[in-house]
Amino acid sequence: MVEATTLQRTLPLEGRVSSGPRVTIRPAPTAQRVSLRASADAVSAVSKGLGVDLPITPKQSARAGARAVLWLGPDEWLVIEEGERDLLADLGRAKALYSAVDVSHRNTAIVVSGPAAADTLNAGCPQDLSLEAFPVGACSRTVLGKIEIVLYRTAEDVFRVECWRSFSQYAFAFLAEAARAR
Amino acid sequence: MLLIHCPYCEEERPEMEFRHAGEAHLERPKNIAEISDEAFAAYFFYRDNPKGVVFERWRHLHGCARFFNAARDTVSDKFLTTYKAGQPKPDLVGAANMNIPAKSGKSGK
Ligand SMILES: [Zn+2]
Repeated sequence: MVEATTLQRTLPLEGRVSSGPRVTIRPAPTAQRVSLRASADAVSAVSKGLGVDLPITPKQSARAGARAVLWLGPDEWLVIEEGERDLLADLGRAKALYSAVDVSHRNTAIVVSGPAAADTLNAGCPQDLSLEAFPVGACSRTVLGKIEIVLYRTAEDVFRVECWRSFSQYAFAFLAEAARAR
Repeated sequence: MLLIHCPYCEEERPEMEFRHAGEAHLERPKNIAEISDEAFAAYFFYRDNPKGVVFERWRHLHGCARFFNAARDTVSDKFLTTYKAGQPKPDLVGAANMNIPAKSGKSGK
């Protein structure tokens, strides 16, 4: 007899949480993600398909509902959809030449929140995370310790850290260790 | 920490986000199959190594990921200016030994 087995997809950091008086570190829920490359003449068509105007200013993001578009480079964005709308289906309606690669499961995300969130991140991220230099809505590819991350400030004291799935244990441990000193 | 002005991100960013990528403004000979071995070696292998101002390619690897060019003083390690790939060498006359920023430079570092 063959027993039926059900496979369940779990987040790499499922159940992990590190919390202290001034900072909490927890995995973000699942999300759809797309690595988007488009030249300047495709930006308006892609924006229409996504329902969000692609930001064209360095370090800026744009948001509509549960969908965020993060500027990473002059022709590169990371799109994150935390709701139910089908990201690739929406992009498929854009009548232009561009590249969209589904990286939903390549990345995972960690949410760092609390009054010491910026200080905790600065233990491994060399960027200026003051509100003047990195305001709410700012985003950037950068480094955290020995790995590359995409950092996105969603509120004054809340950051989303996007990292590659295989680096997520390192990222979480690094942040949890940094938080102990805050 | 050294801060480097990225001409694409339009701001100074920490050096840890960048990678050095060799000498800038090297032009590949159009008739590369016909040139002599010596001429090929000069193009392919030989690099200047001056004491003073150098023009280099850099890449903002852990940032916008773009290659760009920089004029840097190898004595002081100061970046005199940075500029987008494809732009001509900026005029740096007098900037080399006086450690003053180039006129066209935004970073001033
Ligand atoms: Zn850059």
